[in-house]
Amino acid sequence: MMLNDVAIDDTFAEAFGMRATGLILTADTERWAHQAAVTMTGFATSVIGCGCEAGIDRHLPPEETPDGRPGVRVLLFAVSTTELQKHLQIRVGQCVLTSPGSACYGDVGPADGEPLKLGSLLRYFGDGWQISKRFGGRQFWRIPVMDGEFVCEATTGLTKQAVGGGNLIILGRSRHNTLAAAEAAVEAINAVPDVILPFPGGIARSGSKIGSKYKGLAASTNDAFCPTLKGAVKTALDDDTASVLEIVIDGLTSQAVAAAMRAGLAAVVALGPEKGATRVSAGNYGGKLGPHQYRLKDLLPDGLRPY
Amino acid sequence: MKRLVLRLRAEPDQRLDLSPLVPERLAGRNTREIGTIAIHTTRRAVTIGDMFDLSIGDVETIVIEGGSDRLDRVGEAMSRGTLVVEGDVGNRAGRAMTGGRLMIRGHAGHWTASGNKAGRIEVAGDVGDRLAGPLPGEIRGMSGGLVVVRGKAGERAGDRLRRGILIVEGAAAAYAGSRMLAGTLIVGGDIGPEAGYLLRRGTIVVGAETGVSATFVDCGVQELVANRLMAAFLAADSAVAASLLRRPLRRFAGDMAVLGKGEIFVVT
Repeated sequence: MMLNDVAIDDTFAEAFGMRATGLILTADTERWAHQAAVTMTGFATSVIGCGCEAGIDRHLPPEETPDGRPGVRVLLFAVSTTELQKHLQIRVGQCVLTSPGSACYGDVGPADGEPLKLGSLLRYFGDGWQISKRFGGRQFWRIPVMDGEFVCEATTGLTKQAVGGGNLIILGRSRHNTLAAAEAAVEAINAVPDVILPFPGGIARSGSKIGSKYKGLAASTNDAFCPTLKGAVKTALDDDTASVLEIVIDGLTSQAVAAAMRAGLAAVVALGPEKGATRVSAGNYGGKLGPHQYRLKDLLPDGLRPY
Repeated sequence: MKRLVLRLRAEPDQRLDLSPLVPERLAGRNTREIGTIAIHTTRRAVTIGDMFDLSIGDVETIVIEGGSDRLDRVGEAMSRGTLVVEGDVGNRAGRAMTGGRLMIRGHAGHWTASGNKAGRIEVAGDVGDRLAGPLPGEIRGMSGGLVVVRGKAGERAGDRLRRGILIVEGAAAAYAGSRMLAGTLIVGGDIGPEAGYLLRRGTIVVGAETGVSATFVDCGVQELVANRLMAAFLAADSAVAASLLRRPLRRFAGDMAVLGKGEIFVVT
């Protein structure tokens, strides 16, 4: 179907259940809260190579953080509770504990299952000088560090309702136009709560297919969407497609992922084919692997009639 | 819903044990049954009906109108509901509470909140000695909950405190926070001699420029995130405590005569 001269494929994104947690990182200034968050969520694009997927959900004004300082909410996703616990501890220990003036609080929203350990593991860095404080039904650890104290909540919630792998595939007539459409989608999705886009700047250019001609490789380049192979393989591209980009979405809930895809799709459609994308598709594995499916036609922007 | 109101008729001629007057012990009883509950502490028997006019209502909210420093053990071992005293109380008010809210609009005696485990206790006036402390023979004092005293506290406030937050908005007398094991004692006003005597862990915050005993060592002036965090959590309960915690405070570590993992913060 067509919307504002942008073709929307009759297909669906296929996504998987994940374990996730959320944190609020604060610092004396917005700059350093942001720095702690960027460092902690770096090298976390895909569970395949990084063990976890992480990103910034949103920036928080001082009024919305526990300690009244500027903050950033980050989300962390992994395939199992064990993996999530492992990467949470490593990342907070190496990237947040070390960041000047930082503090770290749990913030996942509705949680289920045992909470994940946070300060209750990192406290040992205090070498016996760590101090526990409980108030408001929460426990915090004060760990002495060289610029004062690192305040870290003892635990953070875990959600088993998280979804990873929601996606939009954006096709355009040039690299420039496709990137503009993808950027518009990223900007729109950044306003959606409870989701992150783990890839660089929210965008992945190297979409993959399952399997490879080489033994031991689980995934390889998605040749059906590579413009340079258009004539050589069974392509999924149009004659005028010159560039394809993918946006991958992880969310704390399935509803959040759907809302993000809806927002991204609306932004791409609004931009139109002259400046942006000519077509939007989505990635799936035939519907057999992932329990969550998001049909593009169910996520069309309100107020636009398809034709 | 209507509250259960007990109006004190006259000053009692003996100390009264009001520990039966808590929601869980009154639930399911009618006016007559409540009136026959014994509250005497001498050989002369006295019942609730002898001392109070009852106006029956929901036992989850109990109001005692009129006060006396002879009303002992008010709210003792309370686990739920609300108990309000529109006057003074005697000793052991709110002792060993495990939940609920106790509000005393007058003064309270010794061992107020003694061994409190959870719940919230507020005293509009002053309290006597050993606020939240253990009775003789007990190992620990308060082990949880929040206590706010708007007035001043007697000696040994927070003795053997294990966990929870104690706020005294006025001054505290000698040996405040003695033998503390952990937890937080915030004193809005001045503090008597030997604060934190033999304190092992835990935090005392003092809202006056004061000296500390020789076995606490100066760790410099600090503006800690942890104090701001606590201020945010306590702002609704005590503006005095919250504004104090937001100031730069001088940290003294101690008591070095024992474990030395505790601290006293003092305004500078």
